[in-house]
Amino acid sequence: MLQTCGENWGIKGVIMAIRNILSKSSDWLRGEGPHHQIVVSSRVRLARNLSGAPFPGWAKKAERTQILERIRPRVEELPEMADAFSFACQDLSALEKQVLVERHLISREHAAKGPGSAVVMNKRQTLSIMINEEDHLRMQAIRSGLQLRAAFKALNKVDSELEQKVDFAFDPVLGYLTACPSNVGTGMRASAMLHVPALVLSEQINQVIQAVNKIGLAVRGLYGEGTEALGNLFQISNQITLGEREEEIIERLQKVILQIIDHEQNARQTLLQQRSNTLLDSIGRSYGTLRHAYSMGSKEALNLLSLAKLGCDLGFYSEEQQHAVDELFMETQPAHLQKGSPKKLATEERDTLRADIIRRKLAEFQPPDVAGVMARVQVVPQKTGEETAPAEGTEPSGESSEGAL
Amino acid sequence: MLCDVCKTETASVFLTQIVDGKMQKVNMCEGCSKAKGVADPTGFALADLLLGMGAAQQLERTTPEGKRCPQCGFTQSEFKKTGRLGCSVCYGTFSEGLEPMLKGMHKGLKHTGKCPERLQRTQARDNALRELHADLRHAVVSERYEDAASLRDKIKALEFEA
Ligand SMILES: [Zn+2]
Ligand SMILES: [Zn+2]
Repeated sequence: MLQTCGENWGIKGVIMAIRNILSKSSDWLRGEGPHHQIVVSSRVRLARNLSGAPFPGWAKKAERTQILERIRPRVEELPEMADAFSFACQDLSALEKQVLVERHLISREHAAKGPGSAVVMNKRQTLSIMINEEDHLRMQAIRSGLQLRAAFKALNKVDSELEQKVDFAFDPVLGYLTACPSNVGTGMRASAMLHVPALVLSEQINQVIQAVNKIGLAVRGLYGEGTEALGNLFQISNQITLGEREEEIIERLQKVILQIIDHEQNARQTLLQQRSNTLLDSIGRSYGTLRHAYSMGSKEALNLLSLAKLGCDLGFYSEEQQHAVDELFMETQPAHLQKGSPKKLATEERDTLRADIIRRKLAEFQPPDVAGVMARVQVVPQKTGEETAPAEGTEPSGESSEGAL
Repeated sequence: MLCDVCKTETASVFLTQIVDGKMQKVNMCEGCSKAKGVADPTGFALADLLLGMGAAQQLERTTPEGKRCPQCGFTQSEFKKTGRLGCSVCYGTFSEGLEPMLKGMHKGLKHTGKCPERLQRTQARDNALRELHADLRHAVVSERYEDAASLRDKIKALEFEA
Protein backbone atom coordinates (compact mmCIF):
# COMPACT_ATOMS: atom_id res chain seq x y z
CA MET A 1 0.00 0.00 0.00
CA LEU A 2 1.21 3.42 -0.83
CA GLN A 3 1.86 5.58 2.18
CA THR A 4 1.13 9.11 1.23
CA CYS A 5 1.84 11.69 3.82
CA GLY A 6 0.65 15.20 3.83
CA GLU A 7 -2.69 16.91 4.16
CA ASN A 8 -4.82 13.78 4.45
CA TRP A 9 -2.47 11.79 6.62
CA GLY A 10 -1.74 14.38 9.20
CA ILE A 11 1.49 14.73 11.04
CA LYS A 12 1.05 11.44 12.88
CA GLY A 13 1.03 9.58 9.59
CA VAL A 14 4.17 11.31 8.48
CA ILE A 15 5.98 10.41 11.66
CA MET A 16 4.92 6.76 11.39
CA ALA A 17 5.87 6.49 7.76
CA ILE A 18 9.22 8.15 8.13
CA ARG A 19 10.01 6.05 11.21
CA ASN A 20 9.17 3.03 9.18
CA ILE A 21 11.62 3.96 6.46
CA LEU A 22 14.34 5.18 8.78
CA SER A 23 14.26 2.02 10.86
CA LYS A 24 14.95 -0.11 7.80
CA SER A 25 18.36 0.08 6.25
CA SER A 26 18.67 0.65 2.53
CA ASP A 27 18.87 -2.41 0.30
CA TRP A 28 21.78 -0.98 -1.64
CA LEU A 29 23.86 -0.95 1.54
CA ARG A 30 23.87 -4.72 1.76
CA GLY A 31 27.40 -5.07 0.45
CA GLU A 32 26.43 -7.45 -2.30
CA GLY A 33 26.55 -7.24 -6.06
CA PRO A 34 29.47 -7.55 -8.48
CA HIS A 35 32.80 -6.12 -7.29
CA HIS A 36 31.19 -5.08 -4.01
CA GLN A 37 34.55 -5.05 -2.24
CA ILE A 38 35.63 -1.96 -4.14
CA VAL A 39 32.41 -0.63 -5.63
CA VAL A 40 30.09 0.17 -2.75
CA SER A 41 27.16 1.27 -4.87
CA SER A 42 26.06 2.30 -8.36
CA ARG A 43 23.63 5.08 -9.01
CA VAL A 44 21.89 6.46 -12.09
CA ARG A 45 19.97 9.71 -12.07
CA LEU A 46 17.69 11.18 -14.72
CA ALA A 47 16.58 14.82 -14.80
CA ARG A 48 13.22 15.59 -16.43
CA ASN A 49 11.02 18.65 -16.71
CA LEU A 50 7.46 19.36 -17.72
CA SER A 51 7.23 21.00 -21.07
CA GLY A 52 6.26 24.68 -20.88
CA ALA A 53 6.36 25.02 -17.09
CA PRO A 54 9.02 27.19 -15.42
CA PHE A 55 11.87 25.25 -13.81
CA PRO A 56 11.56 24.96 -10.00
CA GLY A 57 14.24 27.58 -9.31
CA TRP A 58 12.44 30.19 -11.42
CA ALA A 59 8.81 29.18 -10.74
CA LYS A 60 6.75 31.16 -8.28
CA LYS A 61 5.59 29.35 -5.17
CA ALA A 62 2.06 28.84 -6.50
CA GLU A 63 3.40 27.50 -9.80
CA ARG A 64 5.70 25.12 -7.98
CA THR A 65 2.80 23.81 -5.95
CA GLN A 66 0.76 23.33 -9.12
CA ILE A 67 3.60 21.43 -10.75
CA LEU A 68 3.97 19.25 -7.69
CA GLU A 69 0.28 18.47 -7.69
CA ARG A 70 0.48 17.51 -11.34
CA ILE A 71 3.48 15.23 -10.98
CA ARG A 72 3.10 13.65 -7.56
CA PRO A 73 0.04 11.44 -8.25
CA ARG A 74 1.66 10.23 -11.50
CA VAL A 75 4.78 9.23 -9.60
CA GLU A 76 2.86 7.60 -6.77
CA GLU A 77 0.84 5.43 -9.14
CA LEU A 78 3.93 3.92 -10.78
CA PRO A 79 3.97 0.12 -10.33
CA GLU A 80 7.53 0.46 -8.95
CA MET A 81 6.11 2.69 -6.23
CA ALA A 82 3.42 0.27 -5.09
CA ASP A 83 4.97 0.07 -1.61
CA ALA A 84 6.31 3.59 -1.66
CA PHE A 85 6.67 6.36 0.85
CA SER A 86 5.79 9.81 -0.31
CA PHE A 87 6.72 12.90 1.68
CA ALA A 88 6.21 16.59 1.15
CA CYS A 89 9.46 18.30 2.10
CA GLN A 90 7.83 20.63 4.63
CA ASP A 91 6.39 17.63 6.53
CA LEU A 92 9.82 16.22 7.29
CA SER A 93 12.00 17.49 10.10
CA ALA A 94 15.51 18.72 9.36
CA LEU A 95 16.89 15.61 11.03
CA GLU A 96 14.74 13.23 8.98
CA LYS A 97 15.82 14.94 5.79
CA GLN A 98 19.43 14.72 6.91
CA VAL A 99 19.07 10.96 7.39
CA LEU A 100 17.71 10.70 3.84
CA VAL A 101 20.69 12.74 2.63
CA GLU A 102 23.10 10.43 4.41
CA ARG A 103 21.42 7.51 2.67
CA HIS A 104 21.74 9.27 -0.69
CA LEU A 105 17.97 9.18 -1.14
CA ILE A 106 17.67 12.94 -1.49
CA SER A 107 20.22 15.62 -2.30
CA ARG A 108 21.52 18.17 0.16
CA GLU A 109 19.77 20.84 -1.94
CA HIS A 110 16.47 19.00 -1.75
CA ALA A 111 16.75 18.74 2.03
CA ALA A 112 16.73 22.53 2.15
CA LYS A 113 13.43 22.74 0.24
CA GLY A 114 10.15 23.65 1.85
CA PRO A 115 6.60 23.76 0.44
CA GLY A 116 6.21 22.77 -3.21
CA SER A 117 8.75 19.95 -3.12
CA ALA A 118 8.40 16.28 -2.32
CA VAL A 119 10.17 12.95 -2.45
CA VAL A 120 8.72 9.55 -3.27
CA MET A 121 10.78 6.44 -2.63
CA ASN A 122 10.19 2.71 -2.66
CA LYS A 123 10.39 0.64 0.50
CA ARG A 124 13.67 -1.01 -0.44
CA GLN A 125 15.11 2.49 -0.92
CA THR A 126 16.51 1.58 -4.31
CA LEU A 127 14.39 4.07 -6.24
CA SER A 128 13.74 7.63 -5.22
CA ILE A 129 12.12 10.47 -7.09
CA MET A 130 12.57 14.05 -6.00
CA ILE A 131 9.93 16.47 -7.22
CA ASN A 132 10.91 20.11 -7.70
CA GLU A 133 14.56 19.82 -6.86
CA GLU A 134 16.61 21.73 -9.44
CA ASP A 135 14.47 20.08 -12.13
CA HIS A 136 10.83 19.10 -11.87
CA LEU A 137 11.86 15.47 -11.62
CA ARG A 138 15.09 14.01 -10.38
CA MET A 139 14.76 10.25 -10.44
CA GLN A 140 17.44 7.90 -9.22
CA ALA A 141 18.00 4.18 -8.99
CA ILE A 142 20.69 2.87 -6.68
CA ARG A 143 22.16 -0.64 -6.44
CA SER A 144 24.90 -2.20 -4.39
CA GLY A 145 28.14 -3.15 -6.10
CA LEU A 146 28.91 -2.40 -9.73
CA GLN A 147 25.46 -2.49 -11.31
CA LEU A 148 25.25 0.60 -13.46
CA ARG A 149 23.50 -1.23 -16.28
CA ALA A 150 20.89 -2.71 -13.97
CA ALA A 151 20.30 0.63 -12.31
CA PHE A 152 19.87 2.34 -15.67
CA LYS A 153 17.56 -0.37 -16.95
CA ALA A 154 15.28 -0.03 -13.93
CA LEU A 155 15.24 3.75 -14.07
CA ASN A 156 14.73 3.87 -17.81
CA LYS A 157 11.61 1.79 -17.38
CA VAL A 158 10.25 4.19 -14.77
CA ASP A 159 11.01 7.10 -17.10
CA SER A 160 9.21 5.43 -20.00
CA GLU A 161 6.18 4.79 -17.82
CA LEU A 162 6.08 8.39 -16.66
CA GLU A 163 6.42 9.85 -20.12
CA GLN A 164 3.19 8.11 -21.12
CA LYS A 165 1.41 10.33 -18.62
CA VAL A 166 3.40 13.56 -18.49
CA ASP A 167 4.69 15.64 -21.34
CA PHE A 168 8.43 16.06 -20.80
CA ALA A 169 10.34 19.04 -22.15
CA PHE A 170 12.24 17.52 -25.06
CA ASP A 171 13.89 19.08 -28.07
CA PRO A 172 14.68 16.92 -31.12
CA VAL A 173 18.16 18.43 -31.30
CA LEU A 174 19.11 19.11 -27.67
CA GLY A 175 17.21 16.22 -26.09
CA TYR A 176 15.78 16.52 -22.58
CA LEU A 177 15.85 20.14 -21.47
CA THR A 178 17.10 20.78 -17.96
CA ALA A 179 17.42 23.80 -15.68
CA CYS A 180 21.20 23.64 -15.91
CA PRO A 181 22.75 23.44 -19.38
CA SER A 182 25.29 20.96 -18.01
CA ASN A 183 22.57 18.29 -17.78
CA VAL A 184 20.87 18.83 -21.14
CA GLY A 185 20.60 15.91 -23.57
CA THR A 186 20.22 12.66 -21.70
CA GLY A 187 19.72 14.42 -18.37
CA MET A 188 21.61 11.44 -17.02
CA ARG A 189 24.26 11.26 -14.36
CA ALA A 190 25.63 7.78 -13.71
CA SER A 191 27.96 7.33 -10.78
CA ALA A 192 29.62 4.75 -8.59
CA MET A 193 30.94 5.00 -5.07
CA LEU A 194 34.38 3.44 -4.84
CA HIS A 195 36.32 2.34 -1.77
CA VAL A 196 39.99 2.59 -2.74
CA PRO A 197 42.12 2.64 0.42
CA ALA A 198 45.19 1.14 -1.25
CA LEU A 199 45.25 3.81 -3.98
CA VAL A 200 45.14 6.46 -1.26
CA LEU A 201 47.70 4.73 0.96
CA SER A 202 50.11 4.31 -1.95
CA GLU A 203 49.50 7.93 -3.00
CA GLN A 204 48.28 7.04 -6.47
CA ILE A 205 44.83 8.48 -6.05
CA ASN A 206 45.57 11.95 -7.40
CA GLN A 207 47.05 10.47 -10.55
CA VAL A 208 43.91 8.39 -11.02
CA ILE A 209 41.70 11.43 -10.45
CA GLN A 210 43.62 13.50 -12.98
CA ALA A 211 43.60 10.76 -15.60
CA VAL A 212 39.88 10.22 -15.19
CA ASN A 213 39.14 13.95 -15.33
CA LYS A 214 40.91 14.18 -18.67
CA ILE A 215 38.45 11.81 -20.29
CA GLY A 216 35.36 13.72 -19.29
CA LEU A 217 34.56 11.87 -16.09
CA ALA A 218 34.57 13.42 -12.64
CA VAL A 219 35.99 11.93 -9.46
CA ARG A 220 35.42 13.47 -6.10
CA GLY A 221 35.80 12.41 -2.52
CA LEU A 222 32.52 11.44 -0.96
CA TYR A 223 33.54 13.25 2.21
CA GLY A 224 36.24 15.76 1.31
CA GLU A 225 38.56 16.07 -1.67
CA GLY A 226 41.68 14.32 -2.97
CA THR A 227 43.96 12.73 -0.40
CA GLU A 228 41.88 14.40 2.29
CA ALA A 229 38.90 12.27 1.30
CA LEU A 230 37.56 10.57 4.40
CA GLY A 231 36.93 6.86 4.52
CA ASN A 232 38.81 6.49 1.21
CA LEU A 233 35.45 6.77 -0.53
CA PHE A 234 35.24 8.42 -3.94
CA GLN A 235 32.48 9.02 -6.40
CA ILE A 236 33.09 8.73 -10.12
CA SER A 237 30.53 10.04 -12.60
CA ASN A 238 30.01 11.18 -16.18
CA GLN A 239 30.07 14.89 -16.92
CA ILE A 240 28.95 14.93 -20.54
CA THR A 241 25.23 14.53 -21.10
CA LEU A 242 24.88 15.78 -24.68
CA GLY A 243 26.17 13.96 -27.76
CA GLU A 244 26.52 10.50 -26.24
CA ARG A 245 23.83 7.86 -25.86
CA GLU A 246 22.91 6.72 -22.35
CA GLU A 247 24.32 3.25 -23.00
CA GLU A 248 27.57 4.70 -24.34
CA ILE A 249 28.00 6.85 -21.24
CA ILE A 250 27.41 3.87 -18.97
CA GLU A 251 29.74 1.56 -20.89
CA ARG A 252 32.53 4.13 -20.80
CA LEU A 253 32.08 4.66 -17.09
CA GLN A 254 31.92 0.92 -16.49
CA LYS A 255 35.18 0.39 -18.37
CA VAL A 256 37.01 3.04 -16.38
CA ILE A 257 35.66 1.67 -13.09
CA LEU A 258 36.91 -1.81 -13.98
CA GLN A 259 40.34 -0.30 -14.60
CA ILE A 260 40.28 1.49 -11.26
CA ILE A 261 39.31 -1.81 -9.60
CA ASP A 262 42.37 -3.44 -11.17
CA HIS A 263 44.59 -0.59 -9.98
CA GLU A 264 43.22 -0.84 -6.48
CA GLN A 265 43.66 -4.64 -6.40
CA ASN A 266 47.24 -4.28 -7.59
CA ALA A 267 47.94 -1.59 -5.03
CA ARG A 268 46.54 -3.88 -2.31
CA GLN A 269 48.80 -6.72 -3.36
CA THR A 270 51.78 -4.38 -3.46
CA LEU A 271 50.99 -3.21 0.04
CA LEU A 272 50.80 -6.78 1.30
CA GLN A 273 54.00 -7.77 -0.42
CA GLN A 274 56.17 -4.72 -0.01
CA ARG A 275 54.79 -2.65 2.84
CA SER A 276 53.16 -5.28 4.96
CA ASN A 277 54.40 -3.72 8.17
CA THR A 278 52.70 -0.39 7.46
CA LEU A 279 49.55 -2.20 6.42
CA LEU A 280 49.50 -4.51 9.45
CA ASP A 281 50.13 -1.57 11.74
CA SER A 282 47.21 0.37 10.26
CA ILE A 283 44.86 -2.58 10.37
CA GLY A 284 45.88 -3.54 13.89
CA ARG A 285 45.51 0.00 15.18
CA SER A 286 42.11 0.40 13.58
CA TYR A 287 41.02 -2.85 15.19
CA GLY A 288 42.20 -1.76 18.60
CA THR A 289 40.65 1.69 18.41
CA LEU A 290 37.32 0.56 16.98
CA ARG A 291 36.98 -2.13 19.64
CA HIS A 292 38.10 -0.05 22.60
CA ALA A 293 37.50 3.66 22.05
CA TYR A 294 34.96 5.53 24.19
CA SER A 295 34.77 8.66 22.08
CA MET A 296 35.13 8.93 18.34
CA GLY A 297 34.55 11.74 15.84
CA SER A 298 32.98 11.00 12.48
CA LYS A 299 36.20 11.61 10.55
CA GLU A 300 38.14 9.15 12.66
CA ALA A 301 35.32 6.63 12.45
CA LEU A 302 35.17 6.81 8.66
CA ASN A 303 38.91 6.32 8.33
CA LEU A 304 39.09 3.46 10.82
CA LEU A 305 36.05 1.73 9.33
CA SER A 306 37.69 2.02 5.92
CA LEU A 307 40.68 0.09 7.27
CA ALA A 308 38.40 -2.50 8.85
CA LYS A 309 36.66 -2.88 5.50
CA LEU A 310 40.02 -3.28 3.77
CA GLY A 311 40.89 -5.87 6.42
CA CYS A 312 37.74 -7.82 5.57
CA ASP A 313 38.53 -7.70 1.85
CA LEU A 314 42.07 -8.94 2.42
CA GLY A 315 40.95 -11.83 4.59
CA PHE A 316 42.08 -10.53 7.97
CA TYR A 317 38.54 -10.86 9.26
CA SER A 318 35.89 -13.46 8.57
CA GLU A 319 33.26 -12.75 5.95
CA GLU A 320 30.36 -12.36 8.39
CA GLN A 321 32.12 -9.42 9.96
CA GLN A 322 32.09 -7.47 6.74
CA HIS A 323 28.40 -6.78 6.99
CA ALA A 324 28.74 -5.18 10.42
CA VAL A 325 31.47 -2.88 9.13
CA ASP A 326 29.43 -1.88 6.07
CA GLU A 327 26.47 -1.01 8.26
CA LEU A 328 28.59 1.06 10.62
CA PHE A 329 29.60 3.39 7.78
CA MET A 330 25.98 4.54 7.68
CA GLU A 331 25.01 4.12 11.33
CA THR A 332 27.82 6.38 12.56
CA GLN A 333 26.84 9.31 10.34
CA PRO A 334 25.71 12.31 12.43
CA ALA A 335 21.99 12.27 11.57
CA HIS A 336 21.78 8.50 11.91
CA LEU A 337 23.25 8.77 15.40
CA GLN A 338 20.95 11.62 16.36
CA LYS A 339 17.80 9.87 15.16
CA GLY A 340 18.19 7.13 17.78
CA SER A 341 18.30 9.64 20.59
CA PRO A 342 15.33 11.39 22.22
CA LYS A 343 17.22 14.62 22.86
CA LYS A 344 19.53 16.75 20.80
CA LEU A 345 23.09 15.52 21.23
CA ALA A 346 26.07 17.79 21.69
CA THR A 347 29.16 16.93 19.68
CA GLU A 348 30.87 15.17 22.60
CA GLU A 349 27.74 13.17 23.35
CA ARG A 350 27.54 12.15 19.72
CA ASP A 351 31.17 11.06 19.73
CA THR A 352 30.54 8.96 22.82
CA LEU A 353 27.45 7.40 21.30
CA ARG A 354 29.34 6.70 18.08
CA ALA A 355 32.07 4.86 19.97
CA ASP A 356 29.42 2.93 21.96
CA ILE A 357 27.61 1.80 18.82
CA ILE A 358 30.83 0.70 17.18
CA ARG A 359 32.04 -1.20 20.27
CA ARG A 360 28.71 -2.95 20.65
CA LYS A 361 28.46 -3.89 17.01
CA LEU A 362 32.03 -5.17 16.87
CA ALA A 363 31.88 -7.02 20.20
CA GLU A 364 32.27 -10.39 18.50
CA PHE A 365 34.88 -9.13 16.08
CA GLN A 366 37.91 -11.45 16.20
CA PRO A 367 41.41 -9.92 15.97
CA PRO A 368 42.95 -9.75 12.49
CA ASP A 369 44.20 -13.13 11.30
CA VAL A 370 47.67 -11.85 10.48
CA ALA A 371 49.33 -15.26 10.36
CA GLY A 372 46.68 -16.66 8.03
CA VAL A 373 46.86 -13.76 5.57
CA MET A 374 50.63 -13.41 5.57
CA ALA A 375 51.09 -17.15 5.01
CA ARG A 376 49.38 -16.68 1.64
CA VAL A 377 51.44 -13.64 0.69
CA GLN A 378 54.72 -13.84 -1.13
CA VAL A 379 56.65 -11.06 0.46
CA VAL A 380 58.69 -9.24 -2.15
CA PRO A 381 61.55 -7.21 -0.73
CA GLN A 382 61.46 -3.64 -1.96
CA LYS A 383 63.99 -2.66 -4.58
CA THR A 384 66.35 -0.60 -2.48
CA GLY A 385 69.76 -0.80 -4.13
CA GLU A 386 72.35 -2.25 -1.76
CA GLU A 387 70.37 -1.88 1.41
CA THR A 388 67.95 -4.58 2.44
CA ALA A 389 66.03 -2.33 4.79
CA PRO A 390 63.05 -0.46 3.31
CA ALA A 391 64.23 2.61 1.46
CA GLU A 392 63.23 5.89 3.02
CA GLY A 393 62.75 7.57 -0.33
CA THR A 394 60.08 5.26 -1.69
CA GLU A 395 58.20 4.89 1.50
CA PRO A 396 55.92 7.80 2.35
CA SER A 397 56.84 9.51 5.58
CA GLY A 398 54.91 8.55 8.67
CA GLU A 399 53.16 11.88 8.53
CA SER A 400 51.79 11.62 5.04
CA SER A 401 50.70 8.02 5.37
CA GLU A 402 48.80 8.94 8.49
CA GLY A 403 47.15 11.73 6.60
CA ALA A 404 46.18 9.38 3.81
CA LEU A 405 44.64 6.99 6.24
CA MET B 1 41.11 20.55 -0.70
CA LEU B 2 41.15 20.66 -4.48
CA CYS B 3 40.21 23.61 -6.67
CA ASP B 4 36.57 23.40 -7.81
CA VAL B 5 37.50 24.73 -11.23
CA CYS B 6 40.51 22.75 -12.46
CA LYS B 7 40.13 19.95 -9.87
CA THR B 8 43.91 19.52 -9.95
CA GLU B 9 45.54 22.24 -7.88
CA THR B 10 45.10 22.77 -4.18
CA ALA B 11 42.58 25.46 -3.40
CA SER B 12 43.83 28.57 -1.67
CA VAL B 13 41.03 31.04 -2.39
CA PHE B 14 37.74 30.38 -0.63
CA LEU B 15 34.64 32.21 -1.69
CA THR B 16 31.12 32.25 -0.46
CA GLN B 17 28.37 33.66 -2.60
CA ILE B 18 24.78 34.01 -1.65
CA VAL B 19 22.53 33.13 -4.55
CA ASP B 20 18.79 33.27 -4.07
CA GLY B 21 19.28 33.09 -0.34
CA LYS B 22 21.37 29.96 -0.69
CA MET B 23 24.98 29.93 0.29
CA GLN B 24 27.29 28.61 -2.39
CA LYS B 25 30.84 27.79 -1.44
CA VAL B 26 33.57 27.88 -4.00
CA ASN B 27 37.20 26.87 -3.54
CA MET B 28 39.80 27.85 -6.09
CA CYS B 29 43.51 27.60 -6.66
CA GLU B 30 45.64 30.69 -7.16
CA GLY B 31 45.74 30.35 -10.96
CA CYS B 32 42.05 29.74 -11.49
CA SER B 33 41.03 32.55 -9.18
CA LYS B 34 43.24 34.95 -11.17
CA ALA B 35 41.92 33.64 -14.47
CA LYS B 36 38.40 34.29 -13.32
CA GLY B 37 39.18 37.69 -11.90
CA VAL B 38 38.11 36.61 -8.49
CA ALA B 39 40.38 39.16 -6.92
CA ASP B 40 37.25 41.21 -7.34
CA PRO B 41 34.58 38.77 -6.21
CA THR B 42 31.75 41.15 -6.94
CA GLY B 43 32.37 40.99 -10.66
CA PHE B 44 32.37 37.25 -10.65
CA ALA B 45 29.44 35.18 -11.85
CA LEU B 46 28.44 31.87 -10.39
CA ALA B 47 27.39 30.75 -13.85
CA ASP B 48 31.01 31.01 -14.94
CA LEU B 49 32.16 28.80 -12.19
CA LEU B 50 29.48 26.19 -12.59
CA LEU B 51 29.52 26.08 -16.36
CA GLY B 52 33.02 27.05 -17.32
CA MET B 53 34.79 30.27 -17.95
CA GLY B 54 33.00 32.96 -19.86
CA ALA B 55 29.62 31.22 -19.80
CA ALA B 56 27.83 34.25 -18.48
CA GLN B 57 29.68 36.69 -20.71
CA GLN B 58 28.91 34.56 -23.73
CA LEU B 59 25.22 34.77 -23.06
CA GLU B 60 25.59 38.47 -22.33
CA ARG B 61 27.42 39.24 -25.57
CA THR B 62 25.05 37.42 -27.87
CA THR B 63 21.81 38.41 -26.21
CA PRO B 64 20.33 41.86 -26.78
CA GLU B 65 20.06 43.63 -23.47
CA GLY B 66 16.74 43.22 -21.73
CA LYS B 67 15.74 40.22 -23.82
CA ARG B 68 13.17 38.15 -21.98
CA CYS B 69 12.01 34.61 -22.56
CA PRO B 70 8.48 34.97 -24.00
CA GLN B 71 7.36 31.92 -22.05
CA CYS B 72 8.71 32.60 -18.56
CA GLY B 73 10.15 36.12 -18.52
CA PHE B 74 13.67 34.94 -17.70
CA THR B 75 16.61 37.23 -18.51
CA GLN B 76 20.31 36.64 -19.05
CA SER B 77 21.21 38.56 -15.93
CA GLU B 78 19.33 35.91 -13.93
CA PHE B 79 21.42 33.29 -15.66
CA LYS B 80 24.55 35.10 -14.65
CA LYS B 81 23.45 34.89 -11.04
CA THR B 82 22.46 31.24 -10.87
CA GLY B 83 23.79 29.40 -13.91
CA ARG B 84 20.29 27.99 -14.37
CA LEU B 85 17.66 28.74 -17.01
CA GLY B 86 14.03 29.69 -16.45
CA CYS B 87 12.12 27.16 -18.54
CA SER B 88 12.50 24.80 -21.48
CA VAL B 89 11.65 27.60 -23.94
CA CYS B 90 14.69 29.56 -22.68
CA TYR B 91 16.88 27.16 -24.69
CA GLY B 92 15.35 28.63 -27.85
CA THR B 93 15.25 32.20 -26.54
CA PHE B 94 18.95 32.28 -25.63
CA SER B 95 20.14 29.72 -28.18
CA GLU B 96 22.87 31.91 -29.67
CA GLY B 97 24.68 32.34 -26.40
CA LEU B 98 24.00 28.82 -25.20
CA GLU B 99 25.37 27.06 -28.25
CA PRO B 100 29.08 27.82 -27.75
CA MET B 101 28.66 27.10 -24.04
CA LEU B 102 27.12 23.70 -24.72
CA LYS B 103 29.80 22.97 -27.29
CA GLY B 104 32.44 23.65 -24.64
CA MET B 105 31.05 21.33 -22.05
CA HIS B 106 29.57 18.48 -24.04
CA LYS B 107 30.38 16.27 -26.99
CA GLY B 108 28.74 17.94 -29.93
CA LEU B 109 25.40 19.70 -30.01
CA LYS B 110 23.12 16.87 -31.03
CA HIS B 111 21.33 14.60 -28.59
CA THR B 112 21.71 11.00 -29.72
CA GLY B 113 20.13 9.19 -26.82
CA LYS B 114 16.64 8.37 -25.67
CA CYS B 115 13.66 10.04 -27.24
CA PRO B 116 10.16 9.99 -25.70
CA GLU B 117 8.02 7.32 -27.33
CA ARG B 118 5.32 9.82 -28.12
CA LEU B 119 7.77 11.85 -30.17
CA GLN B 120 9.18 8.75 -31.80
CA ARG B 121 5.68 7.90 -32.98
CA THR B 122 5.14 11.40 -34.35
CA GLN B 123 8.47 11.30 -36.13
CA ALA B 124 7.72 7.88 -37.59
CA ARG B 125 4.34 9.14 -38.79
CA ASP B 126 5.84 12.27 -40.31
CA ASN B 127 8.34 10.15 -42.20
CA ALA B 128 5.63 7.78 -43.40
CA LEU B 129 3.49 10.69 -44.56
CA ARG B 130 6.39 12.23 -46.46
CA GLU B 131 6.97 8.96 -48.27
CA LEU B 132 3.29 8.49 -49.07
CA HIS B 133 3.07 12.01 -50.52
CA ALA B 134 6.09 11.32 -52.72
CA ASP B 135 4.58 8.02 -53.90
CA LEU B 136 1.33 9.84 -54.60
CA ARG B 137 3.07 12.39 -56.83
CA HIS B 138 4.74 9.58 -58.75
CA ALA B 139 1.46 7.74 -59.13
CA VAL B 140 -0.28 10.85 -60.49
CA VAL B 141 2.54 11.68 -62.89
CA SER B 142 2.59 8.17 -64.27
CA GLU B 143 -1.23 8.15 -64.41
CA ARG B 144 -1.67 5.21 -62.01
CA TYR B 145 -4.96 6.55 -60.72
CA GLU B 146 -6.02 3.45 -58.79
CA ASP B 147 -2.71 3.49 -56.89
CA ALA B 148 -3.12 7.19 -56.29
CA ALA B 149 -6.58 6.68 -54.81
CA SER B 150 -5.37 4.03 -52.40
CA LEU B 151 -2.38 6.21 -51.42
CA ARG B 152 -4.76 9.10 -50.68
CA ASP B 153 -6.78 6.82 -48.42
CA LYS B 154 -3.64 5.81 -46.56
CA ILE B 155 -2.61 9.44 -46.11
CA LYS B 156 -6.06 10.34 -44.82
CA ALA B 157 -5.99 7.46 -42.36
CA LEU B 158 -2.56 8.50 -41.02
CA GLU B 159 -3.52 12.16 -40.76
CA PHE B 160 -6.69 11.17 -38.94
CA GLU B 161 -4.61 9.32 -36.34
CA ALA B 162 -2.83 12.52 -35.55
ZN1 LIG C 1 42.35 25.62 -10.23
ZN1 LIG D 1 11.95 30.57 -20.36
